[in-house]
Amino acid sequence: MMNIHPTTAGMTLAGILFVLGLISILIRRNLIFMLLSVEIMLNAAGLAFIVASSHWAQPDGQVMFMFILAMAAAEVSVGLALILQLFHQLKTLDSDEASRMRG
Amino acid sequence: MLYLIPALPFFSALLLILGWRTFSRTTVSVIGCGSIGISALITLAQGWQFLQSGHDSMVQHLWTWVQSGSFNAGMDLRLDALSLAFVFVITFVGFLIHVYSTGYMADDADYGRFFACMNLFVGAMLMLVLADNLLLLYLGWEGVGLCSYLLIGFWYKDPANGYAARKAFIVTRVGDTAMAIALFMLFQYTGSLQISSILEKAPGMWTTGHATVVLIAFLLLGGAVGKSAQLPLQTWLPDAMAGPTPVSALIHAATMVTAGVYLVARTNVLFDLAPAAQTAVAVVGAATLLLAGCSALVQKDIKRVLAYSTISQIGYMFLALGVGAWSAAIFHFVTHAFFKALLFMGAGAVIVALHHEQDMFKMGGLRKSLPGVFRVFLIGSASLAALPFITSGFYSKDQIVWLAWSSAKGHTAYWVIALAGAFLTAMYTFRMVFLTFYGSYRGHAAPHTPGSSMMIPLYILAFLSTVAGFVELPHTLGHVTLFSDFLQPILPAVQMLQESTALEWTSQLLAAGLTFLGIYIAWVWVIQQPDGMRRFAEMPFMQWLRGFWYKGWAFDELYNELLVRPFVRTARLNRRDLVDKVYTTLARVTEWCHDALARTQSGLLRWYIMGVLIGAVLILSVLIWRIYI
Repeated sequence: MMNIHPTTAGMTLAGILFVLGLISILIRRNLIFMLLSVEIMLNAAGLAFIVASSHWAQPDGQVMFMFILAMAAAEVSVGLALILQLFHQLKTLDSDEASRMRG
Repeated sequence: MLYLIPALPFFSALLLILGWRTFSRTTVSVIGCGSIGISALITLAQGWQFLQSGHDSMVQHLWTWVQSGSFNAGMDLRLDALSLAFVFVITFVGFLIHVYSTGYMADDADYGRFFACMNLFVGAMLMLVLADNLLLLYLGWEGVGLCSYLLIGFWYKDPANGYAARKAFIVTRVGDTAMAIALFMLFQYTGSLQISSILEKAPGMWTTGHATVVLIAFLLLGGAVGKSAQLPLQTWLPDAMAGPTPVSALIHAATMVTAGVYLVARTNVLFDLAPAAQTAVAVVGAATLLLAGCSALVQKDIKRVLAYSTISQIGYMFLALGVGAWSAAIFHFVTHAFFKALLFMGAGAVIVALHHEQDMFKMGGLRKSLPGVFRVFLIGSASLAALPFITSGFYSKDQIVWLAWSSAKGHTAYWVIALAGAFLTAMYTFRMVFLTFYGSYRGHAAPHTPGSSMMIPLYILAFLSTVAGFVELPHTLGHVTLFSDFLQPILPAVQMLQESTALEWTSQLLAAGLTFLGIYIAWVWVIQQPDGMRRFAEMPFMQWLRGFWYKGWAFDELYNELLVRPFVRTARLNRRDLVDKVYTTLARVTEWCHDALARTQSGLLRWYIMGVLIGAVLILSVLIWRIYI
């Protein structure tokens, strides 16, 4: 086992999580899964904040994560409401179907 | 009080333009004729006052029109002998023609519009001849051009009339442009547009024959040639006969077309300094009088005969100007205004009597059915043909014929052409008289006699056509020089090369003899031997010549080929507007970019995320690159 600095490891994990979320949002068409992917990306960002806060030994990062949690909760509720409406309209959860505003 | 002379016609024109739809016909007649009549009376009073005062000129400054740096053009009116002669003719003949029009136009739906235009014309013409500076003169010059356009196209519902109006406007515009350039040059060199100051400065500035003054004189001649329908811009006048006959009488015979004569006479000092230009004036006049005389000989339409005869008579005036016989030209202008207005209005009376028939070959024998018109028409014709001793045309034209030879600037060739012109004039005039009033009636409609509002002006003009000549008699016949003495302060006397009573007698007798010969030939041609003449006219060469003259020496065809066709072709090439191509291309490119960008608006959420991603990666890459490398 190589001696890896904990900050590097944490940041790498956050990066991997973020890219995973990004890839899944790009390849998924189901809106629920896209919402999930957004959550994963948000949490990856939150993890990066916490790692950074422990690296500098400062509380700011953790405070920031609190904000992210609160914002994620609000975002999910709005997002789910939108998805419900969309489902009512289109009878499907496929995001590509919701392309009526194309140029 | 001088300002009232042009102001009254302008004011009544304004009144009529604003209100002719609501005025009754009587109101329109009273306003239309009354204003010109009062103007004529004021002219009399002013003329009397002017003659009593003994001054060379009187100037009335109304207000400053344009003031910019050293340039100053005022609304200044100037009355001197030359302008008084013109104002007198314009107001008096104008008034008679207005009175005549109340009869001629009585049944026209646009009665008020007609009088509005006529009054506007009289106002503009008075402005032209009373102007103290060339800018004001140019205002009147363009004003009469506009009115001429409006009145030629008066019956605008027929497209041919509109075409004739446009033709007149555009052809005269060629001359007007030359004149405008002359005005610019005069201002550039003399620093003023005031006529008297230009004429004062010119002899000190330029030697005789200096290139600048010759160029200016030629450009002024260009303006005069356009307005007065002389070679090579004469083509518009015969077509201008599309207008109502009083218009032809007032604008295209008595007044406007002589504006060119006025301009050359007014700027006589410049032409004296430019002998080449003055010779050109004489040559243009001589060529025009011959050309138009030949064309008048073969016309069928009575008004076209008179139109060509007008061109020819103005040719005489130009010839007189060209040989330095200034007052002779103005004298011929005055007598011509009387007898040509008379002839046009007489022809108008015939046309109305025959229900708008203008073809002389459908007239004939009207001597019996229209005796009054016949008598005055005969007096007018005799004056035009210069019948010796009793007509004014004889005295004015004879003076020109004699001076064309005897003046210091004269030439035997001018004299021969003038004599040939006199012969042609007599021939075509009496051909017209014989065709119209003699023989038997060839038409169908029953002639009806014109009313007194049409006949009284004719009688007055017939009187004037006879007596107007007696104010200026040649050496050989009494030697009266009232008219040239009157013009003496403004127009220098003609310089004579030879003063021989015997030669003058010869010239006069020759001219008189040619007049009688012309009348006799016309008699043989129309009355005595019509069949023989017809056989002669049907020879192939004569037929060709007749057609050629009938078309006015094919000038219209020439200009069509040289100017109109190439222009139309160029216009057609440019139909899709080459300049516009640049802008349409620009629009096309923008549109194309818009389409390309709109395609990225696919409505697919994942594409947008991809876009955001690529953007973020790019920005980050740039930042990292900037920081670390």
